[in-house]
Amino acid sequence: MFEASHLHKRFGAHVVLEDVSLRFAAGRLTGIMGPNGAGKTTCFNLLTGRYAPDRGRVTFEGRDITGLPPRAIARLGISRSFQIMNLFDEYSALDNVLVATPGVRRRGFAALADLSRDRAVLARAREQLARVGLEARAAVRAKDLSYGERRALEIGVGLAAEPRLLFLDEPTAGLGTEGMARIAQLIAELKSSITLVMIEHDMKFLFGLADHIYVMHWGQVIAEGAPATLRANPWVRRSNLGELG
Amino acid sequence: MIGAADRRVPLAPVPMLALFAAFATLPWWIGAVGLYPYLGVEIMIWIVFALGFNLLLGTSGLPSFGHGAYFGVGAYAFGLAQFNLHPGLWVCLAAAVAAGAAAGALVACFVSHRRGIYFALLTIAFGQILWFIAIKWHSVTRGEDGLLNIRRPEADFGVVAWSLHSNEALYAFCFAVFAFTVLVLWRLVHSPYGRVLAAIRQNETRARFVGYNVWLFKWTAFTLSAAVAGLAGGLFALAQQSAYPNVMSLHQSGLVVMMTLIGGGLVSFWGPVLGTVLFFLARDLLGAYTEAWLLWYGLLFMLVVLFKPEGIAGLFHVRSKPSA
Repeated sequence: MFEASHLHKRFGAHVVLEDVSLRFAAGRLTGIMGPNGAGKTTCFNLLTGRYAPDRGRVTFEGRDITGLPPRAIARLGISRSFQIMNLFDEYSALDNVLVATPGVRRRGFAALADLSRDRAVLARAREQLARVGLEARAAVRAKDLSYGERRALEIGVGLAAEPRLLFLDEPTAGLGTEGMARIAQLIAELKSSITLVMIEHDMKFLFGLADHIYVMHWGQVIAEGAPATLRANPWVRRSNLGELG
Repeated sequence: MIGAADRRVPLAPVPMLALFAAFATLPWWIGAVGLYPYLGVEIMIWIVFALGFNLLLGTSGLPSFGHGAYFGVGAYAFGLAQFNLHPGLWVCLAAAVAAGAAAGALVACFVSHRRGIYFALLTIAFGQILWFIAIKWHSVTRGEDGLLNIRRPEADFGVVAWSLHSNEALYAFCFAVFAFTVLVLWRLVHSPYGRVLAAIRQNETRARFVGYNVWLFKWTAFTLSAAVAGLAGGLFALAQQSAYPNVMSLHQSGLVVMMTLIGGGLVSFWGPVLGTVLFFLARDLLGAYTEAWLLWYGLLFMLVVLFKPEGIAGLFHVRSKPSA
């Protein structure tokens, strides 16, 4: 479904990614793990159009999307959430989701239309909000939501675009046990309907959900496989414990 | 600034009806408070200008500090169209709008990929270039004298023509244009387009990642805002029967920023209206007592920035309270 081949990226003299190749199969949850500075988020940024790779190729459903801008990639059905939350803070939870829906995106230049009359678009946005458990908080401004709710909304905005592939960048960052359990349940539910790629530090969390995992270190993929295989890999264990830094 | 999307936006909310009622009846009561009807014309023109400006500053979060240039371009275009193209009112007004839009569209090509201080500095630079052209291109703009003796053409509606020679007729015509512009801008700010602009103001990166062409939205917002400034400039040339470089000076650009911020354009659609009315009342009422009225107005601006950065509208603006 999605393939990245031999990606290279450097910022000045600093090589951030070196010959990274990844494949994300449809209908599966692929995890990317590794210590801080391994290049995971840069990799996401390359795959979702924030940066163009120096070398390498990215394809989605057979189409070359290397170097396309984020908006073009989003319109192809690829969405993402962010490690550092990126919400429309002054907007309510519902408006955050609404503005990301394809229904509003298609009518983005409708300068005289009235959105409140478009019941179908509003109903769809409410559905997406309910999916992340925020239907009761629809009218609350994003900046007034709790941290855990903002994390859920971050995923909700990504989902609102109705993507076929959703990248989740550390969706549990900063969450407590209860919050993590809620996000784990949400991701488990999403797995049945959407292809997911997730960066995650928490090995237990990731191994419990992922079908396939890539392990990154020093800007390279050092191992890949099913969670059961990787669990026994000494490199993976040492990498995650920071012993390979 | 924009309410929740699922809440029905009235076509004409109460503040708009109150505004229209106040200006529709102004010629009958303004004399009683010691002022004069032509002040209403000035205020309406500047409200149109300030509301168009706030499409950029308040809605889109784009600080244009050289917007007086598009007001001036509209004023000059009105006069030049009348002298060289066609004397009819509609052609002249259309020329003012088109020239404002064209100048804005051109400048927007260079500024739309910027934001914050870089955006602001570029708009000042382009504003100064346009002002400089107005002064130096003597053969077209007649230099520092400007275009004089612009006539007030008839408002020809096909079946009936409406002379604008009297200030009363001019007032009625300006009121019609003013009401139409307020209605359209209100609708536009609350449309999907306005909501996307507000989303871009809040988080440009996220807007990009949900699929919006941020550059294009900023470009269209700048162009539309400049077109409205051009319309206001055209009305100004019609009312003042002249167009001169001072109308597009940096000073003029600063006034519209002050009006919008003091009124509360950052939090309310009606902020620029309040700010404009306050400015003209200060000029005419305070100005009757002291020549240094602008000093006091400037001090008011400083106080607002220091103690109520949301502006006067911020005093009335009720934010949605967070639920527990």
